[in-house]
Amino acid sequence: MIEIRDVTFSYHSGVPILRGLNFSLSHGDRVGICGPNGSGKTTMLQVIMGLLRAHEGELRIFGKQRSKEADFFEVRRKIGFLFQDPDDQLFCPTVKDDVAFGPLNLGLEVDEVEKVVDDTLETLGLEPLRERVIYRLSGGEKRLVSLATVMAMRPEAVLLDEPTAGLDEDTTLRLAGVLREHFKTYMIVSHDRAFLESTVDVLYRMEGGKIYRPEYR
Amino acid sequence: MHFEEFSDGNTLIHRLDPRVKILSVCLITVALALSYNLPGIIVGLLFSVGLIFAARLDGRKVLSRFAVVNGFFLFLLLILPLTVPGNPLYRVGPLTISDRGLTYAITLTLKGNAIYAAMIALLGTSSIVKLGHALHHLRVPGKLVQLFFFSYRYISVLHDEYLRIRRALKIRCFTGKTDLHSYRTYAYVVGMLFLNSYDRSQRIYRAMLCRGFSGELRTIDHFALGWADLAFLILQATVAASIVTIQVVS
Repeated sequence: MIEIRDVTFSYHSGVPILRGLNFSLSHGDRVGICGPNGSGKTTMLQVIMGLLRAHEGELRIFGKQRSKEADFFEVRRKIGFLFQDPDDQLFCPTVKDDVAFGPLNLGLEVDEVEKVVDDTLETLGLEPLRERVIYRLSGGEKRLVSLATVMAMRPEAVLLDEPTAGLDEDTTLRLAGVLREHFKTYMIVSHDRAFLESTVDVLYRMEGGKIYRPEYR
Repeated sequence: MHFEEFSDGNTLIHRLDPRVKILSVCLITVALALSYNLPGIIVGLLFSVGLIFAARLDGRKVLSRFAVVNGFFLFLLLILPLTVPGNPLYRVGPLTISDRGLTYAITLTLKGNAIYAAMIALLGTSSIVKLGHALHHLRVPGKLVQLFFFSYRYISVLHDEYLRIRRALKIRCFTGKTDLHSYRTYAYVVGMLFLNSYDRSQRIYRAMLCRGFSGELRTIDHFALGWADLAFLILQATVAASIVTIQVVS
């Protein structure tokens, strides 16, 4: 599904953050990536989504070379991305509006969107939050609603950036359960060992802009 | 942050279609702003205050809001009678209070209060989300509606960021004084807020791209115009028209 070959990337400072990165993700893979701060984990996810452009190397997603902005429209439709900070992800005034945002952009009819919103919230057990105003949600609720907004687009795979940051134990467990139950293909970047162990099949280590062979399988 | 203090309620006013409320406020505001005839303005003021009573809002909160607004008018009341030329009413030492200045100040104060009362009674009693969607349905340009929504969504986030910085200052014993160090620190705080919001706006935009955003905001909310809404709109238009008529006749 995703193939990264010899990709390099650096921010304005010029210090390369991805140096000849190689990685691949196939349908049904549940993969975790851990590694020290500044090792390029978040950068890699943003390169896959086309939010940052790789300087060198090859990026093939769904069997096609992706390099221009237009190449990434399909990627963003089919791959969901959960941001580190839910306040970045949730920008609509109410939960319902935010969950509806993606499906509306996909061009669904209004009544279909309503159904998708209801189904998604029900699957995640979030119906009571439907009409709530986002800035009055707790941190854990915001995280779960963020996941709902991604899920509502029916993605083939999801990339999660530090999904457990700031979550209590119960919400972390709930999140792990939801991932296990409802998502087939995902890649999680996290420092939370226990969470990774309960959600992924393969754990890779990233360091100095490269991914090393799996720690366990 | 005080948001939507008056929007919970189930009176006739609360239930009015937000589109009707926005149009009504526009009507009465224009009528009052153009009028400088005291009886007309008093009609408007009585009607707007009547709406506040009809919406059964918490009197203390309403009064505290009016206190803020009238703080500004207090300055007008102090300055205008002394500065606008006209027939002198009183002389206090070197100062002269003119009749035209006094009427000016009083009309402005009453006008302002009448418009403000209409806003509290009509706009304040709808949630911001509904007002935004109503603006969208009234064909206000999409960019403005988005700005409105984003401000609502992120003003509290920005406020939190500000509080975080302030706590960081406090734990390192910062107390504001009138010296260079304090001013520099304030400048840093404002600079940090700008930078943080710029960064955040970038991240939000990326999050929107990831969900297929293409520059157009769509909504799933729809309103239905009822008889009560139409009746209210006609009533409001009549009041606005009578204010204008009183102005023209006199």
